[in-house]
Order: sequence, then C-alpha cells, then structure tokens
Amino acid sequence: MKISVVRNILEANDRIAQQNRDLFDENGLLVINLMSSPGAGKTTLLEKSIDALKGDLRIGIIEGDVQSSQDAERIAKKGVPVVQINTGGACHLDGNMVRDTFGEFNFREMDLLVVENVGNLVCPAEFRVGEDFKVMILSVTEGDDKPTKYPLMFRESKVLLINKIDLLPYVDFSLERIKEDSLKINPHLTVFQISCKTGEGLEDWHNWLRKQVKAREEGR
Amino acid sequence: MHEMSIAQNLIEIIEEEMQKYNASILRSVHINIGQMSAIVPDALYFCFEVITSRTKLEGAKLIMDIIPLKGCCHDCKSEFEIKDYAFICSACGSTKIETIEGQSLSIVEIEVD
Repeated sequence: MKISVVRNILEANDRIAQQNRDLFDENGLLVINLMSSPGAGKTTLLEKSIDALKGDLRIGIIEGDVQSSQDAERIAKKGVPVVQINTGGACHLDGNMVRDTFGEFNFREMDLLVVENVGNLVCPAEFRVGEDFKVMILSVTEGDDKPTKYPLMFRESKVLLINKIDLLPYVDFSLERIKEDSLKINPHLTVFQISCKTGEGLEDWHNWLRKQVKAREEGR
Repeated sequence: MHEMSIAQNLIEIIEEEMQKYNASILRSVHINIGQMSAIVPDALYFCFEVITSRTKLEGAKLIMDIIPLKGCCHDCKSEFEIKDYAFICSACGSTKIETIEGQSLSIVEIEVD
C-alpha cells in the first residue's frame, strides 16, 4: 500500500534549531551563524570585531572545525567565552552540535553569540542552528563568480562581507560584478567591503552589528 | 559527506511511519529534492543503499524528484519559475520574492507491505 507522508526530512534538525532559538529568545541574545570558504577570514574577523566591540557588548563564540582547537585558542586570547566543536568529519555544524555547547555559556550575561561554522560554501547554508541570521564572508582572492555557483549560501545570508579588499590591485575581481550577481539572488543582502588586515570598512560593520544587538534587546 | 546523515534522517522517518501502519516491507520511498538544496541526489542514493543494506529495508527503491525553484511575488502575487537564481518578479520586477518551491527536502510517499 502507498502511504502519503509529506514530512520535511530535516525536521529533526529544524526542531532542535527551533528549541535553540527559543532559548536564545528567552535570554534576549542575538545569534549569528558566520560562514565562508576555508581561509576567507572568519576567525580574523572575529578577533577584530571582539577587540572593537567587547567594551560595549558581551560576546560569546562557538568555533566549528573538522579538527583542531587553534581557532578557539585564538579567540580565548581575546578574553571572551569560547567553545570549540570538532565535527570529526562532518562538513557543517547542526543544531544538535551547537546545543551541546550550551552548558559552557551563561546566556543571561551575553548580548551576542557568534557561531563560526566549518569553512565550506555549500553545506552550512542548508542547516539552521537557531541563529537570528547568517553572515557570509567572501574574500577577493576567491573570484567574483561565486554567487551563481553557490546560490543557496548567498540566498540564505543576511550579510555579505567582501574581505581582503587591500588585495584588489593584485587579483582579477570585480566588485561591481559580485554585488550585481549576489543582489540578483538576494536583493535584501547587506554588503560590506572590508579588510581585516588594514581595518578598512570594519567600523561600518561594527556599527551595524551594534544596531542589530540593540534592536534585538528592544524587541524583547 | 552529509548525505549520509540525511539518509539516516530519512530512514528514521520511514521507520516511524511503517510502525504506525504495522508495515514490515518497504517497497519504495518517494522524495522531493529542491533545486536549491545543498543535496546531491546520486550521493543520497548511494548513502540510502549503504544504510539499508542488510537491514529489513534492503532492496527498497528510492525515487527522487528534483523540484524547480518557484517564487511568489509579494507585490503582484504572481507565481513564477525562478530562472538562473534571479529572485526578481518576471511580471512586475519586484524583489520581494518568497520561495514557495525548490528549497526543501521532503518525503512524499512510501510504498509498503
């Protein structure tokens, strides 16, 4: 006999992500899922942003990598609570993995939690972990043809940070093309051009983040 | 590759449904894969075969349909196929587009005995 089922195959993860979301809401916490290819600058961005924001925001970080705690060690030097998840092979973080870190944090004493996902332009876009929104980084050394090659990542993100703009004179990368192509896929994408190396553009990103945290607290 | 964990999720749902109907044999399962989901059908098929091998679900057919991306315009309410991942209304040019099909991964139907 045929049985009509009509269920979301990812419902198990979506359920956990929603439970995570509910807990974050109870604590008025803004949560960002930070994604990019390996080496685009996620951890360096976090180091710079923590330096700039820790005076006025209480920040916590969840680091996701296949192996190694190098990233968590870098963040720990900044004096903010951080937990390293090692997936042991999984190509993305899911709601369950993120939930397993909660015992290490005091969410009541936090304004902003950033989940630095595994370096991967494909899979993290598919899996919610309970975040308010996704932020992606694309560095100018990766080429300006990425939006049409990785549409889900661009569609799912609220923010695109174009990083390493100090290298623009040395690479074939068109800012116009990347902005045009990514806005076609996601017309509501907020785009920042930054260099974590020189600091260019970071102030706008930090001010934007402060506004989002404030809006989150007021929305509570 | 995460198709393995997705295949696992799929089989858990199938086993739940089979238990509801006291079914013991799975003949086939039909799923819809959204065009924009980060799932590779061949990889999923392979993982499904690997996980069901030497279990009571062995031999079941996995039927997969790819669902094209479809959007609905919030302004003029028209529904249209989204071509080349351009989320712009083909009728009025609005960018306020809601994806109504093509981004999810769902199980449609199972055939059992």
